[in-house]
Amino acid sequence: MPLRKIPTGTLGEMELKNKMPNTYHTIIGMEVHAELKTATKMFCGCKNDPFFAPQPNIYTCPVCLGMPGGLPVANKKAIEWTIKLGLALGCQVNLFSHFDRKNYFYPDLAKGYQISQYDQPLCFDGKIETSFGDVRIRRIHLEEDTGKLQHTTIDGKKVSLIDFNRGGVPLIEIVTEPDIHSPEQAKEYAKKLRQILRFLNIADCDMEQGGMRLEANLSLSSDPKVLPNYKVELKNINSFRFLEKAIQFEERRHAELLSANQTPVQETRGWNDNKGETFSQRTKEDAEDYRYFPDPDLPPIRFTQLDIEKMRATLPELPSKMISRWQDQYGIEPKNSELLTEDKDKADWAEAIFKLAEKPNEVAKAIVNKKIIVKFSETAAEVIALYQQATQTDSVDETELKTTVETIISENPDAVVQYKAGKTQVLGFFFGQAQRKLGKKVDSQQLRSLFEEALRA
Amino acid sequence: MLNTLTLKQALDKLARNECNLAEIYADTQKQVEATTDLNIYLTMNEGAVTEAQSQAGQPLGGLPVAVKDNFSTKGIRTTASSTVLDTFVPQYDATVTKRIKLAGGVVLGKTNMDAWAHGSSTETSQYGRTLNPRNPEHLPGGSSGGSAAAVAADTCIIAIGSETAGSIRQPSAWCGTVGLKPTYGRVSRYGVVAMASSTDSPGPIGKTVEDTAILLNHIAGQDPYDGTTSPRSVEDFTLALNQDIKGMKIGMIYFDKPELSPLKAIYEKELKVLEELGAHVEFAQARDPRQSIGVYTVVQRAEVSSNLGRYDGIRYGNDRSFFGEEAKRRIMLGTFTLSKGYSDQYYMLAQKVRTLFLQDFARLFEKYDVLVAPTAPGYAKKIGASDGSAMFGELEDMLLEPSSIAGLPGINVPVFRDGKTNLYLGLDIIAPMWQESKMIQVADAFEKNTNWNPWRNGAQK
Repeated sequence: MPLRKIPTGTLGEMELKNKMPNTYHTIIGMEVHAELKTATKMFCGCKNDPFFAPQPNIYTCPVCLGMPGGLPVANKKAIEWTIKLGLALGCQVNLFSHFDRKNYFYPDLAKGYQISQYDQPLCFDGKIETSFGDVRIRRIHLEEDTGKLQHTTIDGKKVSLIDFNRGGVPLIEIVTEPDIHSPEQAKEYAKKLRQILRFLNIADCDMEQGGMRLEANLSLSSDPKVLPNYKVELKNINSFRFLEKAIQFEERRHAELLSANQTPVQETRGWNDNKGETFSQRTKEDAEDYRYFPDPDLPPIRFTQLDIEKMRATLPELPSKMISRWQDQYGIEPKNSELLTEDKDKADWAEAIFKLAEKPNEVAKAIVNKKIIVKFSETAAEVIALYQQATQTDSVDETELKTTVETIISENPDAVVQYKAGKTQVLGFFFGQAQRKLGKKVDSQQLRSLFEEALRA
Repeated sequence: MLNTLTLKQALDKLARNECNLAEIYADTQKQVEATTDLNIYLTMNEGAVTEAQSQAGQPLGGLPVAVKDNFSTKGIRTTASSTVLDTFVPQYDATVTKRIKLAGGVVLGKTNMDAWAHGSSTETSQYGRTLNPRNPEHLPGGSSGGSAAAVAADTCIIAIGSETAGSIRQPSAWCGTVGLKPTYGRVSRYGVVAMASSTDSPGPIGKTVEDTAILLNHIAGQDPYDGTTSPRSVEDFTLALNQDIKGMKIGMIYFDKPELSPLKAIYEKELKVLEELGAHVEFAQARDPRQSIGVYTVVQRAEVSSNLGRYDGIRYGNDRSFFGEEAKRRIMLGTFTLSKGYSDQYYMLAQKVRTLFLQDFARLFEKYDVLVAPTAPGYAKKIGASDGSAMFGELEDMLLEPSSIAGLPGINVPVFRDGKTNLYLGLDIIAPMWQESKMIQVADAFEKNTNWNPWRNGAQK
């Protein structure tokens, strides 16, 4: 696969030629976190609904608060959903896996450790296809989310508040191999992943709320086959656009540093959209030591191949398959399918319409391009009726039409003045008048040319 | 003195209206007050007498149960004997506490222990050591020393303890009580301040084998709040009482250890009764228990270092500076053994050796129904004995650590009393996983056919 070449920014061409090759190859591996939308939390029976909780700390119990004596019990559904995602991404499933403790201190971490998976993730070795090439999935593991800190001022005093409604919500982490080579590919990968998560109906992926969080490990190399000896982590990115922009910014920054014979500092950086630049959050001198060990509170997870096959059988048809089937079956152009396969509900809704439609691709186009404004609560028959209404026209006698146009123009001198002053919007008013006078639905193109001609006179 | 009644006797008397709860509580209260010097209880349940009245007629009859201070008790301060939790009042009951209440038991008070259950003496308690009721110049053992002392001093009818490696059986041996450590996973750990999660086992400490079997009936069984509890159904453990042990095969282990030679003659003599009752008793070779010290020390410290991470000063009032020396030592050691580059050398290796112990017991249980061994290498040590001895507990619990790391059940019964010191020796009876009934059967037979149980057979107290 051809690698993109990054031009360096500020240094002169001559200078570059003498020092370093003037192009670099971008190497990116991504880590994406997504909260699963199970009814209850990962290790206790508390409600999993952190974004819509009416008050902080109401969906909590001794377990997710990390009270002395609290014990985790794994949410079976969350495990099954993680495996479902793995199967959807063509992963292998570990028939034996377990949870590990990741020990570190942070005020939003109730127990002083996060229950995660270390050496035996539930799924490994999958891939997501992008238009730039395959992105291999290294692993998918299941863990618990942390609480949320809020730094604020109360009675003039600076305080940090902790909300544990989110603490213990099931969180999956999807880690890729360093197979991503451009900001566009990173964005496409992340969007595809979200589409699949939504399609499986296991995660809402609300980016703004943090229901899906993107992380890109990025470095630039002069040799595409060699992983550089440094990497920068772009963290806490909550939109696809920011991801793309942050990577673009970093590519340029790294290229400049490398061209000046400097190695970018190994660190974590965030994205400041107001300034349009990344900023340093934390430098990592040494690799952190999380002192992982198997969580003795949770028995290992065992599956048989039969269990896995049963889960595979429940997988819905995935977007990529559905798009090509729609093309074969209904003649839908893939560019129209993209939007309609955002999630499973939408796709099912769209397919019901295609089944009824005479020209499915035309209807799809009308919906996607918003030629007709439809709601997902509307039935297939209702949508088709809307489509027909919007596109069907009655045949009208040309002379009758011309007369009507002239009558309308003579009856509305004010509107004509407005039109001539450049207010072309009044055409809409004229169209409405014409439809009413004729009591018929007239092709709008035809009306437009007649009015324009008459008004030019 | 109604406080000296066993659980069974008290239930029978209440059923026959030979006494009432108020009288039992009055006598118990008197004894609690008379023994305050022993420092058994950290916190009393002020509402115990009232609660008892509403529990009358229930299976546990509203009788007073002493509960180790690492069990979460709703509305009653729970410190695990560490001042880090000095003001902590839980909002929920541990499953064991809840089940005791549901069965009609009443939490009388919370008993002293080694802080965070780290130790075998109660000397690491940040609220002062407990003294052995049999001889107050000596220690009660630990970590459930307060619960064993509560029973030995007749300040309750029965007690609850927890064992990670010896913490029920060793104090029971030193205090001359019966201590039953169930199979790991038989009794829920939910609500027990975690020490070493992979071996923590709550269990009863009582006056007779029968009493511990009765209480075990009420606390055992799968708990949806503890994923490590077993779904297997729980038999009625009292059915193992008063059963013939004829033909049972019993292996005597650890008697070849030189440390035990001074006691060997006593045990050999006392165990003759098992043969007289028709069991086949013989010496058996078990894996050297000294190897288990390393396994247990590494695994337990590692788990401790993680389990205590939550007491970071943010939520429980007192910060990390309130940790005692022993807790700090264990956190440091555990953090080290889990560190990158060392975990293979220590934690992973320890887990492998643990497997060797599992295999060794599996081999032994192919041949024997139960195994018997001295519970501790000797009598209760004098107060202050643990000072400056970081490995005090591990050496005292050496004979219990192999079965603990293997998750096996064991029960301590008094096997001998020294007339001069009034101190006891204990016999540990170990059964295969989930076969508590077998060890109860042997322990009950032993208890009823010897004179060492202070309550049953009128031995001197």
